[in-house]
Amino acid sequence: MSTIEMPKPSQSLIALKAKVVAEMIAAIGDRGVIFEPEETIAYECDALTAYRCPPLAVCLPATTQEVATILKICSAYGLPVVPRGSGTSLAGGALPTADSIVIGVSRLNKVLEVDYDNRFIKVQSGITNLGVSGNVAEAEFFYAPDPSSQLACAIAGNIAMNSGGAHCLKYGVTTNNLLGVTMVMMDGEIIEVGGAHLDSGGLDLLGVICGSEGQFGIVTEATLKILRKPEGARPILLGFDENEVAGACVSDIIKAGVLPVAMEFMDKLAIIACENFAKAGYPMDVEALLIVEVEGSQIEIAEQLEKIKAIAIKHNPKVMRESSSTVQSDLIWKGRKAAFGAMGQMADYMCMDGTIPTSQLPFVLRRMQEMSKDYGLGVANVFHAGDGNLHPLILFDANKEGDLEKCEAFGADILKLCVEVGGCLTGEHGVGIEKRDLMIHQFNDADLEIQMRVKDVFDPAWLLNPAKVFPMATSHTRRNGNTKKVA
Amino acid sequence: MAKAQLPKSEEDLAEIIKSAKAKGQVLSIKGGGTRPIGNPVSADAVLATTSMTGITLYEPGALTIVSKAGTPLEEIEKALTKENQHLPFEPANYAGLFGIKSKSTIGGVVAAAVSGPRRIQTGACRDSLIGVRFVSGDGDIIKNGGRVMKNVTGYDLVKLMTGSYGTLGVLSEVSFKVLPKPELTGSVFISGLEDSEAVSVLAKALSSPFDVSGAAHLQKDANGNPLTLVRVEGFTESIKYRTEELKKLIAPTLPSQAEINIDIDPVSTRKQWNAIRDIEAFQGREGAVWRVSVKPSDGPKLVGELSKQMELEVQFDWGGGLIWLLVDSGSLDDAKQIRKSVDSFGGHATLIRRASDSDIEIESFHPEPNRIATISQNLRLQFDPAGILNRGLMAPFSAMTKERA
Repeated sequence: MSTIEMPKPSQSLIALKAKVVAEMIAAIGDRGVIFEPEETIAYECDALTAYRCPPLAVCLPATTQEVATILKICSAYGLPVVPRGSGTSLAGGALPTADSIVIGVSRLNKVLEVDYDNRFIKVQSGITNLGVSGNVAEAEFFYAPDPSSQLACAIAGNIAMNSGGAHCLKYGVTTNNLLGVTMVMMDGEIIEVGGAHLDSGGLDLLGVICGSEGQFGIVTEATLKILRKPEGARPILLGFDENEVAGACVSDIIKAGVLPVAMEFMDKLAIIACENFAKAGYPMDVEALLIVEVEGSQIEIAEQLEKIKAIAIKHNPKVMRESSSTVQSDLIWKGRKAAFGAMGQMADYMCMDGTIPTSQLPFVLRRMQEMSKDYGLGVANVFHAGDGNLHPLILFDANKEGDLEKCEAFGADILKLCVEVGGCLTGEHGVGIEKRDLMIHQFNDADLEIQMRVKDVFDPAWLLNPAKVFPMATSHTRRNGNTKKVA
Repeated sequence: MAKAQLPKSEEDLAEIIKSAKAKGQVLSIKGGGTRPIGNPVSADAVLATTSMTGITLYEPGALTIVSKAGTPLEEIEKALTKENQHLPFEPANYAGLFGIKSKSTIGGVVAAAVSGPRRIQTGACRDSLIGVRFVSGDGDIIKNGGRVMKNVTGYDLVKLMTGSYGTLGVLSEVSFKVLPKPELTGSVFISGLEDSEAVSVLAKALSSPFDVSGAAHLQKDANGNPLTLVRVEGFTESIKYRTEELKKLIAPTLPSQAEINIDIDPVSTRKQWNAIRDIEAFQGREGAVWRVSVKPSDGPKLVGELSKQMELEVQFDWGGGLIWLLVDSGSLDDAKQIRKSVDSFGGHATLIRRASDSDIEIESFHPEPNRIATISQNLRLQFDPAGILNRGLMAPFSAMTKERA
């Protein structure tokens, strides 16, 4: 079936199962340890469902100290550890191997401190992204990064993957909103990095921990920046006859000095799917649709929208419709946020996540349509246009033999194209297993070697999420116990 | 010491570092030399990036600029201004603070992670930096990040390189996300507040929906009086609205002796915020200069505690969380006291400028807890195994990879 390889599980580790499980139960109680095959199967995959493998056991610690205890046990036996947030990774970041222990943070879901004067919230990392905003909504505050999976995804996973969202053109991604973490190292030591103050006093370890895909440690607590909600926000819908023209409009808006909080782009196929699914009132007779949202007081919103409309008119939009109520605004966003679900109703799909320089948008969209014909698979585009982060959804039929392989090859070609035009393989989903073997298209040996040396520092035995991020061949020596020591 | 080596290209740079490594020479790495921060480095040679210059790519429509590390900051700002854009993090110029005439380079800005007042709104230098190219202590040319603003491909070494002061590698090229320059700047300023009153006012402003881009408090302005400032930036109508709203919000909370006013004059607001950014109040004056970062509400408490024990003058930025201290003496005892107090609140204190009598034993950077120090040291050894790049500048050098403490 699938084409992405995982390392062969160690039979000698699998043979230790009973002993290890007993030790873990003794350490954190039987409520926190899952080991029966019919139960571990719930942890066999994340949102990249084409790849599945139940782990040896699953631990769900209730405290940072329990995480430390479990990691010490894993360290002692040399067991690979797969950290897990809510399991919403689209990149296979939480895919286990049969000889691994999954450590989930779902029971670590408390809010520890809310401080409006200093504008931060301290939470345990198993809390959901939306849960963070929910906890400060009463005081009109919010947590800015808003991945589409925000209802389900955990802060731990957001930190591991440095998740983004629709509003990062203005507010940045996870790393720009993360102030500090409590992290358990593979050897069980608990470290504190950063805190309620800004910036690092030495090397910026927090910066490199965020986005390390669970390969440096397990983050159990996080201090996050919270912001006061703007007075209001209003989206405008702009429909165009051609993708290129919509792309040019995005670029002109940015050049004019307007900084919308979001600029979302949908192509024809995505518009139809979203409209049929969410009845958002999207125009069906356009080739490309932009949702541009601005924020502020009524005066400010009006001032910015006037500028945007003046720019848009120069590009002859077929539709230009400003939201006139919160109901309309919610509906517009409901359509966009339902995109993945809507596509899922039409077909199986794989969601790509490359980023390109926005100037390359027309070229890349055109090339994708050509490739779509060559592969005979449909592709829908719904993405963050302001920052060039593409989400091509490749449609395929999982029950049709060879379709998944074809889809993966098409996806790989799209990502290679992103790199060729000056972009990157992944803008917000992470590398995981999905893009692991494509890393050589973006990085050379020296680029990868230095990154692996960073992992050597945090996890010398390469036990944390070992077969992710780096191509299998590139990390082979290290994963097999031959970590290079510094001279 | 031999004269400075001035590589003209990344390849040159790699050759110089390879040869230094082979000879066991320690290199002192410099950009424009306007931020001589850190422990003294006893180097065999100086390597300056000032001959690797030029903007390699600038796409205003994509909000992206890429330039060689030795490019003067001035040149980059000029190019951006032409397109009505700027570096969002408002890099400070420390030349005045150090009494240095040379020009700051963009690589130096990154190496020292310099961020100005706007850090509280649009983020720090590390938040705008989207890509780096550098040469490691092995002489390998390495890239990380790129020229797009959303990128999670592999580990984020871009952040790690920011503020690493040349100890992990020598930057050859840096890429930034830039932003539109605001049409207008407005300041709401309040005179006559005590530190703690001022920080409460700043917290109120920062917790408002008015998108504040600067929040500072000077114990002494040019006339020797306390001055508290809140800044907003954007389109004209919006600035008029937001400054008025902020005034309405703040005025009722003020003690009777305080006065509140609005300034939307482009010249005077720029002058005022540049002065805060570049710590003009401390320029040309004797004493040690410290940069302290704590939780904003802890700022006044920390300053209150330290004022009882030493002569100092203070400028608060970042809503009270960034504290610039001008301390009369450079004694080891005072340094220890500052760090002890900062530790009790949580945060860090960097000795930015030594006083003429500063004790040589004072570490420039805040000592880290054991495990963090171990991780940092081991990272430096991974990037620079022979310890030839700015050896000892951030922490005492050791050639051994530390096992877990």
